[in-house]
Amino acid sequence: MKPKFAMYWAASCGGCEIAVLNTHEKILDVDANFEVVFWPVAMDAKYKDVEAMEDGSILLTLFNGGIRNDENEHIARLLRQKSKILVSFGSCACEGCIPGLANLSPVGDIVQTAFNTITTDNPHEIYPQTTYDVPEGELHIPKLFSVLRPLDQVVDVDYYMPGCPPESHQIAAVIDLVIKVVKGEAQLPPKGSTIGAGDSTVCDECPRSRNVKLIKEFKRIQDIAPMDPTLCILEQGIPCNGPATRSGCNARCPQAGTQCIGCYGPAEGVMDYGARLITAFSSVIDATTPEEIEHILDGIPDPTGQVYRFNLAGSLLKASANAFKVKE
Amino acid sequence: MTEQFEPTIIGFTCNWCSYRAADLAGTARMKYAPNVRLIRMMCSGRLDPTFVLRALSGGADGVMITGCHPGECHYIEQNYKALRRFILLRRVLAGLGIEPERVKLVWASAAEGVRFASETTAFVEEIRKLGPLNWGNQGKDERERMKDENSSFIIQPSSFEKEVTL
Repeated sequence: MKPKFAMYWAASCGGCEIAVLNTHEKILDVDANFEVVFWPVAMDAKYKDVEAMEDGSILLTLFNGGIRNDENEHIARLLRQKSKILVSFGSCACEGCIPGLANLSPVGDIVQTAFNTITTDNPHEIYPQTTYDVPEGELHIPKLFSVLRPLDQVVDVDYYMPGCPPESHQIAAVIDLVIKVVKGEAQLPPKGSTIGAGDSTVCDECPRSRNVKLIKEFKRIQDIAPMDPTLCILEQGIPCNGPATRSGCNARCPQAGTQCIGCYGPAEGVMDYGARLITAFSSVIDATTPEEIEHILDGIPDPTGQVYRFNLAGSLLKASANAFKVKE
Repeated sequence: MTEQFEPTIIGFTCNWCSYRAADLAGTARMKYAPNVRLIRMMCSGRLDPTFVLRALSGGADGVMITGCHPGECHYIEQNYKALRRFILLRRVLAGLGIEPERVKLVWASAAEGVRFASETTAFVEEIRKLGPLNWGNQGKDERERMKDENSSFIIQPSSFEKEVTL
């Protein structure tokens, strides 16, 4: 009997699924070696089918997306119970990613924006009800949590696979590894490891040339033309998140002519991604007086979003003070 | 009578100037607020902003960073790095809804025990006015309140308390 495989999406965009399918013919290896038992994007399955499974009967579960509502949490706990190996797959599950930026706002504001803005006409102030009676019975919709949490703040996670989305060649390598493990040809890395990524920084993989950096002005990429295609992007004054970001993507964005935005999360040994980036940016500013430093930093219009773009929910502070307070 | 709020302050001092200033304040038996817990580093340039975030998320109400005066760094110019980190960190904290005043930078030479003592006391009073940061316990009151509102579309995570208790 083939080992069982599951994949689930919680609060995510679906890009992780696409990245898995982007492994092209490798996906046939998954099918040849695993029995796919639960993968809402790819096949029809019901939660009750998963609930009926024996504990630990799924060998490998790739879980992408953060925990935004009680349905996400329920499935996260359920899949943890049913899976031998639970992989926190993609940036959302690992560290909150873009949905985690919602942790800067009170959840009431988010609901308000979603259901009652200029683009969402809602004159009768109709908001979702968690229960609703229909002739067939009672319907439920999930309840929102006040903040988004990465998967490992809710359940125990075996491995982390970062990236927004994880690069397909990295996914293929991980699939190969797991198949080898199943066949007894390889061993799993220690629990808690980051898999499918490097242990250095994006700068390490970046082919651009680097010199001593002395920044007199931070600029936005659209304000620089033409950009030097071979020189370090940070050196040209564009805040590039490469110095704090984990390697594994082959520095795709810098190679394509744009700054690293940090989707691979904190590099090995970095406790707080934003703090590391603050250190990196501060080190290159060429100024010694507070006034001059403030002036240069004005070139980064949203410092919090810049240094925590993918990592806010997984950072030490997790969310803003406002988000912790539930608004009426 | 309500008890006065005593803030918890973490202070980072550099080995060459500000720690000696604190030492001098001690040997000269100067009185200053006892709320500050000092951690000595070799240089203010060693201050990783992670330390500050860790302190704030772990229950500190304020963080004081001290170093040698500009131009007097034992390692030539590392205190300028501390200054730049401090300014950027305060901007990031403001974006997270933490009053930037909760992090303070003080220059104090080895001879300035008086300055160290008075700056510490002034900072403690400032934080006392701001009130507790209480980061680890954010959301607790709201969760209690939400318990009674089961029909609400928004709820607090059930495991939140476990998550934020350090």
